[in-house]
Amino acid sequence: MPTRLSATRLAARLAAKELGVREVAQAHLDRIATLDATLGAFLTVDPDETMRWADAAQAKIDAGEAGPLTGVPIAIKDNLCTAGVRTTCASRILESHVPIYDATVVRRLREAGCVMVGKTNLDEFAMGTSTENSAFQVTRNPWDFDRSPGGSSGGSAAAVAAEMAPLALGSDTGGSIRQPASLCGIVGFKPTYGRCSRYGLVAFGSSLDQIGPFARTVEDAALLAEAITGHDRRDSTSANHPAIATQALKSGTLRGARLGVLKETLGESTDPRVTQGVERALDALRAEGADVHEVSIPSIGYGVTTYYIIAPAEASSNLARFDGVRYGLRVEGKGHIGMMEATRAAGFGHEVKARIMIGTYALSAGYYDAFYLRAQQVRALMRRDLEAAFQDFDLLVSPTSPVPAFKIGELTSDPLALKMLDYCTIPANMGGFPALSLNCGFADGLPIGLHLMGPVLGDERLLQLAYCVERALPDATGRPPLP
Amino acid sequence: MPEYVASVGMEVHAELMTRSKMFCRCPVAFGGEPNTRVCPVCLGMPGTLPVPNRRAIEMVLRTALALDCTIAMRSVFHRKNYFYPDLPKGYQVSQYGETNPLGYAGKLEIPASGGGYKRVGIRRVHLEEDTGKLMHLPAGGSGVDFNRAGVPLMEIVTDFPPDITTPDEAKEYLAQLRQILVYLEVCDGKMEEGSMRCEPNISIRPEGSETYGTKTELKNLNSFRSVQLGVQFEVRRQTAVLDHGQRVVQETRGWDENREASFPMRVKEAENDYRYFPDPDLVPMVFDEAYLESLRATLPELPLAKSRRYQEVMGLSAYDAGLLVADRDWAAYFESAVELGGDAKTVCNWMNGDYARYLNESGNTVGSGNVQPKQLVELTKLIEDGTISGKIAKDVFAEMFRTGHDPRTIVQSKGATQISDAGAIGEIVARVVGANPDVVAKYKSGQTSVAGFLIGRVMAESKGRANPQLVRDLVAKALDE
Ligand SMILES: [Zn+2]
Repeated sequence: MPTRLSATRLAARLAAKELGVREVAQAHLDRIATLDATLGAFLTVDPDETMRWADAAQAKIDAGEAGPLTGVPIAIKDNLCTAGVRTTCASRILESHVPIYDATVVRRLREAGCVMVGKTNLDEFAMGTSTENSAFQVTRNPWDFDRSPGGSSGGSAAAVAAEMAPLALGSDTGGSIRQPASLCGIVGFKPTYGRCSRYGLVAFGSSLDQIGPFARTVEDAALLAEAITGHDRRDSTSANHPAIATQALKSGTLRGARLGVLKETLGESTDPRVTQGVERALDALRAEGADVHEVSIPSIGYGVTTYYIIAPAEASSNLARFDGVRYGLRVEGKGHIGMMEATRAAGFGHEVKARIMIGTYALSAGYYDAFYLRAQQVRALMRRDLEAAFQDFDLLVSPTSPVPAFKIGELTSDPLALKMLDYCTIPANMGGFPALSLNCGFADGLPIGLHLMGPVLGDERLLQLAYCVERALPDATGRPPLP
Repeated sequence: MPEYVASVGMEVHAELMTRSKMFCRCPVAFGGEPNTRVCPVCLGMPGTLPVPNRRAIEMVLRTALALDCTIAMRSVFHRKNYFYPDLPKGYQVSQYGETNPLGYAGKLEIPASGGGYKRVGIRRVHLEEDTGKLMHLPAGGSGVDFNRAGVPLMEIVTDFPPDITTPDEAKEYLAQLRQILVYLEVCDGKMEEGSMRCEPNISIRPEGSETYGTKTELKNLNSFRSVQLGVQFEVRRQTAVLDHGQRVVQETRGWDENREASFPMRVKEAENDYRYFPDPDLVPMVFDEAYLESLRATLPELPLAKSRRYQEVMGLSAYDAGLLVADRDWAAYFESAVELGGDAKTVCNWMNGDYARYLNESGNTVGSGNVQPKQLVELTKLIEDGTISGKIAKDVFAEMFRTGHDPRTIVQSKGATQISDAGAIGEIVARVVGANPDVVAKYKSGQTSVAGFLIGRVMAESKGRANPQLVRDLVAKALDE
């Protein structure tokens, strides 16, 4: 069954013409048709559009121009602009918005010959950790339908875990790729800030946002990372650096690798089952010759607080453009300003409004210094402490999420608990560090994610070691209980 | 009634003459069908990002250097957040802070009314983006034209407390600033097209008082004259308000060009909170000395310095020097003529006289004109060495302007060279004297003024070509024989 194959194996069989691109695409569309009514991972599936991508990919293969991912299906988070295909950010305000241009990553996917199977669900404007804040639908965890796939890229994570696509793109502002990857038992990777162009990603927190891959293997994630990264002149914050290289992916070793286990992430607030899972995995890595030590970086304790000032502040400004004037929803009101107010009141959901208000407050005259400026100072401190730690360690290791997948609705009444779920993932966004989550075991049938963070621009080394970690944890693979 | 002193702060916005907009590649031009020069970036479409225009940054830096500003070696763009339909992103990219703008703490010198020069302090020179234009549609409702949205805009603000105290100084400041921007080729300075916009703020206070009065801000001024009249009107209006024991209201007032009066537009309520913060989509601009030095090297001599040099070194009047430097090409023409050996005063007289008149009449500019500096110098040399008379030179110049031919060619083809051959002139003199015995008789009877008549006749017969001095000498000689 082609849906069970990894991207790498699919690409090889497509290139060898053992499979056709349309056939593979259709198999995935069929699986979406079967499962997604239950899972709710996709917001838009357009088979005709998918077949156009498929035909372009087949033409590449037939012309002998196939690359490592040509013909491989991919799901795309619905906050990445796709020319001619609705891009909603799971918000009423963009419910019928059809972009006229491709995000840089989407353009690169076309160039690589990937085949888009659909646009995936998310928390509205990527604000959330459970995908419950979507204005349109709830997404369910393939391992347990009563549970959340995490968020905000929950749709992409669920799609890959449920084999509706071997690859997906997500965006990560405080953990929105890695946390759902962890809860769904797959690989999620956030590259170094700037290695992947943000052009065409509908902005949430511009200084934190980064696009990255979901896959079921590290190798697949690395290949997708290679396809979408590299300098882009359309993004001023894009690093002047080539795409992430994968040729040395399999030539690393854990022997002598210096792993620093973040003490602050394995304390009381972490579910003991998660702590156990991570510790078992660390034992396996030690057995492979890794040099594992505990390290304490107290300043990461300020991560969540700092994040919930900086991200909403930037968001409050980034979301100002949704005013009903040029695109998206328009609700008439008294005068121009009245129209804008009515549009935004009707178009944004509760969580988005709450964050816009928090961010507006944090930037207001008289509060700017106490909140936004202070948060930036703490952020700089945290970055400095982490950079210092990378003098001693190749990777910093922690759980990805302090808890396994939680029940849908379980945490909606406790927004603070929901926000604490980002505790382990936020530091990577604060400092722009590359970080990856991969499955390291199970607790009561639910996946547990291991979080690996590397130094800035150390993406290649991080992927190389993650590949070794994946091999060292053979028991951490498995399929969710789906047909 | 007390005497009042006025204080005028000047806020000028200049659209930069870049080919493309500040953060996208859309072209910059005036007019055109609405929304024909737009793209996803300048429309603020979801997901788009800004890429700064390096040329625009360079233009602002060059202006800041020309205005003697301190340059911020590290400067960031801020977002100025507010809602308005003509603002595509819900924020304007601008620059905030005292020492963050590309240039700050500069100065501009203007000619003072009593002679000499006056220093006007410049507080900041910064870079931002223009907004679109909200328009009321003829069929009702409103629309927004985003052609102008994202055009690079330079803001130049004078110091507080203001140095400018009179309407004339306000006009002079603006004129000097415009000249500098045009000299630097950073702005076309067309106030009527809105590419240079001026919003003065005016307050008055009793003579000797330390506290500044309440300001009003003036908008819709689209010429130097309206700036001068507007400031004058506000000073008079505020004086009348205070003389009647009332208080000046802090407000923005519009200028009615036809009525030559200001009218209230909106009262300033609580200070708007724009929630400025560094734009996370743009990286800080960092400059080094070597780069600034390379920009400094591109600065032309500025108009006021030129004018001073023309007066002090070349001996021109302030008026003449002012006319010459008013246009960069005009001044360059003058300088190249002088360099080619032309006498400064003579060249200046020709330029500000016939040449300026012909250009004006024909609607041409010096750049498109036919007469090269070399040719003008040649003409002055022909007069100087006596080849042609000053009177003929005027006709020759007219011909030069029309055809672009060299003065020597024109003179030769017309046979217009001056006759300085005493023999040839003597023949004409003899003929004229012989034909006018009555006049000669009058002269002999002591009525010497009639010699002028004979001289005129000789000049006429020579078609103006005879050397006038020689004619006078020979006529006198013939009569005295
Ligand atoms: Zn544009």
